[in-house]
Amino acid sequence: MTTTILRVSDLKTSFNVKRSGRKYRVNAVDGVSLSLVAGEVLGIVGESGCGKTTVGRSIVRLVQPDSGAIEFKDTDVLSARGQTLREMRLNLRMVFQDPYASLNPRRSIGDSVAEAGDINKVFTSRAERAARIAETLTAVGLEPSFATRYPHELSGGQRQRAGIARAILPAPAVIIADEPVSALDVSVQAQVLNLMMDLREQLGLSMLFISHDIGVIGQISDRVAVMYMGRVVEMSGARSILDRAAHPYTRALMAAVPRPDPSQRIAGAIETGEPPSQFNRPAGCAYAARCPLVSERCRAEVPQLRPIGADDKVVACHNL
Amino acid sequence: MSRDGITMWLTPFLARPIALIGLCVLLAMVIAAAFAPWLAPYDPYAIHPVSRLMPPDAVHWFGTDQFGRDTLSRAIYSARMALLIGAGVVLFALITGIPIGVFSALFPRLGHVLMRMVDVLMAFPSLLLALGLIVILGPSVANSIIAIGAGYMTTTTRIIYGLALRLRAETYVEASRSMGSGTGWLVVKHILPNLISPLLVQASFVFAFAQLGAASLDFLGLGAPPDIPSWGNMLAESRTFITRAPWLLFFPGMMIVLTAFSLNLVGDALRDRLDPRFRDVFSGEG
Repeated sequence: MTTTILRVSDLKTSFNVKRSGRKYRVNAVDGVSLSLVAGEVLGIVGESGCGKTTVGRSIVRLVQPDSGAIEFKDTDVLSARGQTLREMRLNLRMVFQDPYASLNPRRSIGDSVAEAGDINKVFTSRAERAARIAETLTAVGLEPSFATRYPHELSGGQRQRAGIARAILPAPAVIIADEPVSALDVSVQAQVLNLMMDLREQLGLSMLFISHDIGVIGQISDRVAVMYMGRVVEMSGARSILDRAAHPYTRALMAAVPRPDPSQRIAGAIETGEPPSQFNRPAGCAYAARCPLVSERCRAEVPQLRPIGADDKVVACHNL
Repeated sequence: MSRDGITMWLTPFLARPIALIGLCVLLAMVIAAAFAPWLAPYDPYAIHPVSRLMPPDAVHWFGTDQFGRDTLSRAIYSARMALLIGAGVVLFALITGIPIGVFSALFPRLGHVLMRMVDVLMAFPSLLLALGLIVILGPSVANSIIAIGAGYMTTTTRIIYGLALRLRAETYVEASRSMGSGTGWLVVKHILPNLISPLLVQASFVFAFAQLGAASLDFLGLGAPPDIPSWGNMLAESRTFITRAPWLLFFPGMMIVLTAFSLNLVGDALRDRLDPRFRDVFSGEG
């Protein structure tokens, strides 16, 4: 029995941007629908500026979406107030990209880790608080003694572990991990990824894993959504994305993954050019300018997600 | 920050002897102010018409003024007024600057209006502003603190505003907001603790400039009442004797220069300690 724990429907989020004196409205997220089943990891992949981070930030209400709905366990996230909102805050938690910037240099690791509990007055006594901090630090592979240390005494990997510890105390249901390993070097990346997979097993977490690295996404995700210019262009099981990428953009992303053996490279899918300007969106498919399969229809009509082939794959492309 | 913190703060002083000297001079000033009745060889108010305008000698190290009062004793007592004015102005600048700066950064709509008002205040030269306020409020010690403080409150507010704007955008502030923290939590747990060190530097400079401001007001007769010993008052009273008794101006003048100079040295050392670009050069830490 699978239950949907988090549902995002037709989410639209835009920002005002000033460029050389003129005001623009940038549609960072332009109609994204996702659903997260309890216990699964949904990867969101796409290049910088495609809106994947904005999706995550909209869910934890760091930015106010223009329209659309976000539901957590059948309650509306965007209109939640008071006690409902507090519960939501404790359940929907975020891990940030930069482990150096995401911890306050003037607060001890213990204080940072316990912050969500402190804000929402979860702990009943100092002893309980200390015990929970120690337990959580142990869970992420740090010594309990780290509680009294300060961020500058920790390495990048240790800091990111502390960042994860902050996200799992007291007891979240969904973790939104925004590029949690992108700032780490490769060997540490693997450790942190393993930690996240372990925690997911132990705590029964669901996860929205946002990354630009399709290799990392493929490793940790059950399902993957590929985003381009604020829209989802392909969504399916992780294996299906890795082995049978359908959308030309997904194929280009796959081709960009470095391979030890150059002869294994996917031919003919290397990207050319840059994504179109956010300030001046083309009509039709946003990928048309870079797409090898482009046709007349692509430039006029925005493709909608439709099922293609087996394994629940949906793709937004006119030419498949 | 325990013992580690203390050595961290001391390093820039140990690494730069001149800053250490500045620190010692300030310490001496604090001691002079605290123990003035024991340190001063004579009563600073006692008038001795017989020994008027005596040059410095073994009995009166700094000489005596036109009323026969001991200049050394008056200079020592003046440290009290200097500390009072300095601390008062710093306190005034912080008490007004922190709320306005932090509030403006967190609530940009009203903040823009507030900061423009601060800018208007900033457009006045600080001494002119102080003079104007003294004329309105009337001369007294408390009013000189307000009058001088108003000038330095503007720069302090600007600094706090800039820092708070930057802190507001920090990822850890976002993280905190995503967990449901309110404005109070953000200010107390994230913004104020990160303001402490830069404000310490700012405070030392404000303290230094407040000395100069207070001396100017006293010299113009608009500061502390003339019978209270202060370096500015001493200069004002004895300026007519500049050719006959130059020591009357030399010693209080020197005190003002030394105090302001020491505060600047200390401020510089603190700033270098806080600016990571200088940290390696002066303290040898990474």
